[in-house]
Order: sequence, then structure tokens, then C-alpha cells
Amino acid sequence: MDRIPILRMGECLLVTIQVDMHDQLALALQDDLTSAITKQRTRAVLIDISALVMVDSFIGRMLANISAMSKILDAETVVVGMQPAVAITLVELGLQLPGVRTALNVDQGMKLLRRALRAT
Amino acid sequence: MQLEPRKPAVVRDQVLPLKSDADVVQARQAVRRAAEELKFNLVEQTKIVTAASELARNTLLHGRGGTMKVEFVADLSRRGLRLTFEDRGPGIADISRALQDGFSTADGLGLGLPGARRLMSEFDIQSKLGEGTRVTVVRWKP
Repeated sequence: MDRIPILRMGECLLVTIQVDMHDQLALALQDDLTSAITKQRTRAVLIDISALVMVDSFIGRMLANISAMSKILDAETVVVGMQPAVAITLVELGLQLPGVRTALNVDQGMKLLRRALRAT
Repeated sequence: MQLEPRKPAVVRDQVLPLKSDADVVQARQAVRRAAEELKFNLVEQTKIVTAASELARNTLLHGRGGTMKVEFVADLSRRGLRLTFEDRGPGIADISRALQDGFSTADGLGLGLPGARRLMSEFDIQSKLGEGTRVTVVRWKP
């Protein structure tokens, strides 16, 4: 089965979603990331969704799950690069992603993660 | 040809299977291409594709698979995209409940039907227990 690659960059795990994900792929990413956080003792995860042209309730739930799970594992997750059209649609769909940290782009996201790591 | 405002004419149509996760992705992409062709703007395209994704998943999970029909429709004054999701699954016992936010039977968020309804201009659902469900949505081009 296809997998979305998880890259390690310093203290951070980096995921860039560049394909139109089917549901099983989204679930696999959720599992892979959770085990990567534990195995690699990472405390920061950055998920770049700038290439995603659609986030529906399933993908939204995956992002919320990853954020919640990483928090329990003492890691911070930030989701970056959401396209404006996707944000507008998500809210109208009824999904406001509470508990998901977001930033405009990778730079801002990294800053946010560094600050969060320093604070603990 | 005389066009009634209540019954838009179908300019073109296409039927796609919804039998697997991969079919849902294909359906989304077909809807995206159709919405682009009808020159919906980016926000509208995103709304239509997202609604299609929710409804296609419903057809797959609740209806045990089915089909999606994509139609270019037109009446006297406007053009639009109509999507019909049909399955021969168990049907929905309580439609008004299924249309409420947060009601889910498949361990989801329960946003599929009500969310798709908010994202489209028109929404219709027909369901018979033991026979199946048909959801029809239209997005008119402003």
C-alpha cells in the first residue's frame, strides 16, 4: 500500500501531503506518525497541507486525531499551509478543528514549534 | 426546445462507480474537473468537491457501495452541476435525524449529510428501508 513519507529534520518530524488521499492512506498516516513520535522520541510534528485542494470531514478528523494523539505523547503538532478555499469550506462544512494548531506556512509553523519546545 | 425553470435540462452526464476508497478519490477528481469546466471559482469548486467527497463516502460506507452521476444542467437563466449518489443499501430509518449535525452511525463525525447540504444550493434525499438511498445535490453557478 502507498504511504505518505515522514521525514526527520532535527527535532522535528515533517510530513508533506501531496496526493489526493483516500481514507485508508489517511488512517495509515495517522498510525505511522503516532509510532514515529514514540520510536524517534520526537516532540514536534509539522504537517504541510498546502498541496491539499480539499479537506473533508475524514481528513479533518485525521488532523484532529494526530494533534490529540501527539499531545498525549508529549509532542506538539502544527498544521501549515491550508489554502483559503479549504478553510472557508471546512467551516461551512461544520468542522472547526478545535485543538489543531495551525500556521500560515512552514516558516511560521517551525517558529511556533520552536517556541513551544523552549517553553517546556 | 422549451425549458421549464423547475426541471433543468441535462446537457451532459457521466456515471461513476463507488465501490472502494479509490473510487471515492476518482469521483472527487471527476467532480473537480466538471466544476472547473463549468468555471466555478476556486472556493465554489472546493465546496462542491468536499460535498461530493462526503456523499461518496456515505454511499460507500452506509449504502455498501453504489454510483455517482455527474450532470451538467441548465435552465432558462443559469447553469449548474448536479450530483446524484445512489445505493441499494439498507436505507435510512430516520432521515431527519441523519440530517442533524453530529448524528453518526458509522463512527464518523456525523457531518456528511448536513455538511454537504450546507455546501450545495439544492439538496434532496430519498430513502427506503431495505431498498436504498438516493441523494441529489445541485450547485448553481451564480
